Amino acid sequence: MTEASTTPRERPVSPHLVTGGLGSPPLWRWHITMWTSILHRATGVALYVGALIAAAWAISLAGGPDAYAGFKALLGSIPGKVVMFGLTVCVFYHLANGVRHLVWDTGHGLDVKSANASAVLVFAFAAAASLAIWGIAGMTGAL
Amino acid sequence: MVSYRTPLGRARGLGSAKHGAGHWVSERVSSIALAPLVVWAVYGVLRLAAGDYGFAVHWVQAPLNATLLVLTLAISFWHMHSGMRVVVEDYIHKTLTKTALLVLNLFVCGLAGALAIFSILKVALGGA
Repeated sequence: MTEASTTPRERPVSPHLVTGGLGSPPLWRWHITMWTSILHRATGVALYVGALIAAAWAISLAGGPDAYAGFKALLGSIPGKVVMFGLTVCVFYHLANGVRHLVWDTGHGLDVKSANASAVLVFAFAAAASLAIWGIAGMTGAL
Repeated sequence: MVSYRTPLGRARGLGSAKHGAGHWVSERVSSIALAPLVVWAVYGVLRLAAGDYGFAVHWVQAPLNATLLVLTLAISFWHMHSGMRVVVEDYIHKTLTKTALLVLNLFVCGLAGALAIFSILKVALGGA
């Protein structure tokens, strides 16, 4: 600092999620493609639990009317519906972003502008499809 | 410390196991299969949620539904095993913990998948 001409410049720091060091501001700006990447993994883990719920559904069906009624009552409860709505969002998000990844695997849409645009599209699809499915569920007596 | 082994001898066996591409491809192929299956499954859940036990048995006993259910379950459990495996490998670096979690992941997916598919077949083949 005192001898600006002789001391080497500060070395470039690798981008870090939280902070550039103690007390310094974040180096990494949160951006939409970062969210889509993190959420793809998070929704995948949530759907792991969702698949176990699907397995429980199959087992309860094979268990007979009483077991099946118990399972349906559990999913039909308020906490059950909250979980199912969350899983609906996860399914549509992971589906849309999975297709986005498959498109990337062909070498298309990898530039920043396209990646940002497709990220918005994925969020919009997940929200719209989830609301549509729950709207249909309300109208067909599935709720 | 002087080593008398040749550089080639030291490097051998330390590289890639040459299985990485197989895992990558299997994740993609299973996701291509799951894309339409999951849309069908959401439709199935909508139908099933509106119906009772009798409807569910009747629905599962239709050959197309039984087949698509088994495929959806089998490919889902395969796909989620691949995904969770990468998550564990990315975040857990202690060899014993990592190995234990990888084995647990395999066993959970294998057991839950087998139970689910057997249950579907039992209902579909008229056991319920």
